[in-house]
Amino acid sequence: MSAGGSDNLPWWVTGLLLPAINVGLALAVSALVILAIGEDPLGALGSMLRGALGTGEGIGYTLYYATSLIFTALAVAIAFHGGLFNIGGEGQAYIGGLGVGLVLLSLPGWPWWAALPLSVLGGAAFGALWAAIPGWLQAYRGSHIVITTIMFNFIASSLMVYLMVNVLIKPGQMSPESEAFSASLFLPMMADMMAGIGIEMAASPLNFSLFLALLACVAVWAFIWHTRWGFALRATGANENAALYAGIDPKRVIVVTMALSGALAGLLGVNELHGVQHRLMLNFPAGLGFTGIAVALMGRNHPAGIIPAALLFGALYQGGTELVFDYPTISRELVVVIQGVVILFAGALEHMFRPALVRLFSRRPVAASKPAGA
Amino acid sequence: MSAAPSSASPAWAVELVGIDKRFGPVHANRDVTLRFAPSSIHGLVGENGAGKSTLMSILYGFYEADAGEILVRGKQVDIRTPQDAIRLGIGMVHQHFMLVETFTVLENLLLGHEGGPVLGPAMARARTEVQALEQQFGLEVPLDALVCDLPVGVQQRVEILKALYRGADVLILDEPTAVLSPPEVEQLFRILERLRQQGRTVLLITHKLKEIMAITDRVSVLRRGQVVAEFVTAETDRQALADAMVGRKTSLSVDKAPAKPGPVLLAAQNLNVVDARGVTTLKDACLTVRAGEIVGIAGVAGNGQSELLEVLSGMCRFVSGTVTLKGEDIGPATQYDAADARRRGVAHVPEDRLKLAVIKDFPAHESAILGYHQDKSLSKGWRLDWKRTIAKTVSLMEQFDVRPPNPNLRTALFSGGNQQKLVMAREMEREPDILLVGQPTRGVDIGAIAFIHRQLVSLRDRGKAILLVSAELDEILALSDRILVMCDGEIVGELSAAEATEGRIGTMMAGIKDSPTAEGVSA
Ligand SMILES: Nc1ncnc2c1ncn2[C@@H]1O[C@H](COP(=O)(O)OP(=O)(O)OP(=O)(O)O)[C@@H](O)[C@H]1O
Ligand SMILES: [Mg+2]
Repeated sequence: MSAGGSDNLPWWVTGLLLPAINVGLALAVSALVILAIGEDPLGALGSMLRGALGTGEGIGYTLYYATSLIFTALAVAIAFHGGLFNIGGEGQAYIGGLGVGLVLLSLPGWPWWAALPLSVLGGAAFGALWAAIPGWLQAYRGSHIVITTIMFNFIASSLMVYLMVNVLIKPGQMSPESEAFSASLFLPMMADMMAGIGIEMAASPLNFSLFLALLACVAVWAFIWHTRWGFALRATGANENAALYAGIDPKRVIVVTMALSGALAGLLGVNELHGVQHRLMLNFPAGLGFTGIAVALMGRNHPAGIIPAALLFGALYQGGTELVFDYPTISRELVVVIQGVVILFAGALEHMFRPALVRLFSRRPVAASKPAGA
Repeated sequence: MSAAPSSASPAWAVELVGIDKRFGPVHANRDVTLRFAPSSIHGLVGENGAGKSTLMSILYGFYEADAGEILVRGKQVDIRTPQDAIRLGIGMVHQHFMLVETFTVLENLLLGHEGGPVLGPAMARARTEVQALEQQFGLEVPLDALVCDLPVGVQQRVEILKALYRGADVLILDEPTAVLSPPEVEQLFRILERLRQQGRTVLLITHKLKEIMAITDRVSVLRRGQVVAEFVTAETDRQALADAMVGRKTSLSVDKAPAKPGPVLLAAQNLNVVDARGVTTLKDACLTVRAGEIVGIAGVAGNGQSELLEVLSGMCRFVSGTVTLKGEDIGPATQYDAADARRRGVAHVPEDRLKLAVIKDFPAHESAILGYHQDKSLSKGWRLDWKRTIAKTVSLMEQFDVRPPNPNLRTALFSGGNQQKLVMAREMEREPDILLVGQPTRGVDIGAIAFIHRQLVSLRDRGKAILLVSAELDEILALSDRILVMCDGEIVGELSAAEATEGRIGTMMAGIKDSPTAEGVSA
């Protein structure tokens, strides 16, 4: 259950202390920005917290965003373990959603539970295909996955605009949306499900997909660390030559890994379309594919880290919405800045404080005399 | 042991006093006190995992000692980073070179010493300074060649030059000869002697006692982290060193009965390999290996031996020819990959351990199943059974005396020799019918060499076919029942064990085909 290389730091340092420092610092910098535009940082922070976690509705929204983020972050993580940096999650989620939509549009009147496996399959298959092409190009043609996945994001977006405007649009309407799925297909809302077992819960877009996301976490964990294929994937990611020596075909592993990664990203469509929007439309991934990269980085590419990181970013999304509401001087763009700062500190600058902590904790005889496992 | 110097004049270039270092439960250095004189070559020997590299890493600032002090030219110093060490005139050449492959030699030397944003003048200055150094130490290196185009021996010289260019008075060399051919070793030793003449101190770690005897002035022996003996080289011999290393009487030679060759298990007919750049790296190779014999391949490194092992093990493809595995012919159209090869009973210990045979970031028990992860016995349904792999690794570690016997330790944290023992254990454990083995004892201590040699001989005696590639002529001569010599991608001759001498193999390695019995290559 080794979660990435560690410098023999105790798990709670890498798992708790380091993220806490990073998030704390990000909030401090955000506070400075808010101060600079003449608002009260503590009040703003309070408003964000209240918005994200203070009400049942807020919590519902936070979890709903987290659901999508879990899918896209798992996509990044699985590719990472295969030695691939998949930044095409946004496009894969978009095309995955197309798969979900096409499946559901073709199943009018089905009960949701019968349609769900097919919509999952549709989303996964479309996402997988969209990611496997860059994977194939990297493995067999040597074009770099980072470049191709970025390009595929643009292609996905253009393709969807074309399809929505010209092909899938509901006839006789202006906005580029498809017909709604039939109501029997809608995934149950969490609030309704809870009401069914007698628990009161505020209405929110949070739906059945959350369980799917948690299931995906377990599945990804088991796959990467407990199966032969996961072993081959990690071996290829760590050392392609050694994989070849071990009789693993690294090229095939690259394509398969990308396909799995894309499949996970594609499941975002289940949450957004099958769960909430109930129709095909434009721009539903809304940047969650990109944010998934930060979530995966912060979660150290391990499902156990991705869940809390997704919750944090879900809270940021939802809290940001509330903040704009409460403080008219704070614009939507500033919220994006705050999210950006958190991504910067928690994701990109993750290694800034690590050396200092390594020094601090490796000096301590107590920490050093622990067996150097995991 | 050596008396302390009179404090005024720095009689010692470097002193390590009471150095202690633990890695968790492993006590890598225990109260080590060593003193190195200027103008000398000081050897450091010890079994795998004895703590030699750790000690030198402490001196070079990679690790900090838990206790003890370091004195440089009589003054106590605090070395926390390699930069500190460089500033104090300590340089280190690692076994795995730290060069930028796509830079020229001169650019590599300049790296970190650019002295400003504009490179031109600094380059010109560096060129004259480096040329002076080259002259002073007889170190010839093509300054404008790309590092990736240079043979390992020359790359190593670049590393030495880099250290000298940074003002190293004390040069640490950790197993420098493991990757060199015999002529390259001689060249290296000439350079080291020049360094000694010019008043520098050389610390040499090696497992080859012959080299210790040939070039060092003094030699210290480490065992399980402790200094157990120190000799003036001229007053000792290999046997005494070996005994001190192991802590008991050891035997340096392998006893083996004459081979009883059985049927041919592995054969190659006119095998040709062309690499990605279109160069033919293996030309019309023909060979046979019978059950119950060890066939050795001698040759200067880079003459097609690696390609031969890779193609036979299924790692790379051949363009023409036939491979026959246990009687089954395989042509270029029906090639096998490494997984097929293993299924057919071919095991492979590759030459480059860290690049191919293990995954540094994996725990030992995961490296210990590399290549065999598809094995049904390691799985429970869809799940890899880590309990079983760990148990299996523990037993492999026991059989091959891998230290520390901790299956969860990251592979990179084992000393080189212990990694090699783990790989040997993994490949021999399944009783392969055919064992392809490259440099089986590179970086392995003498006790373990004898152990690995005995294992290979006993595998042979159990009727298996072994193809052995080694850059060590001694090893080839000690183990092989027949010897093939390779030069420039071709097998240029064959000798029986009885006919083979270092001299004859040497001339054949140079590409002079003078073997009276070179016809016996057909099956
Ligand atoms: N970073 C580390 N963490 C944990 N254990 C370590 C680490 N580095 C070295 N060790 C252990 O310390 C001991 C000494 O290792 P070291 O590399 O110094 O041996 P060595 O004498 O150089 O052996 P070799 O001849 O095989 O290179 C070994 O048991 C090794 O496994
Ligand atoms: Mg060593």
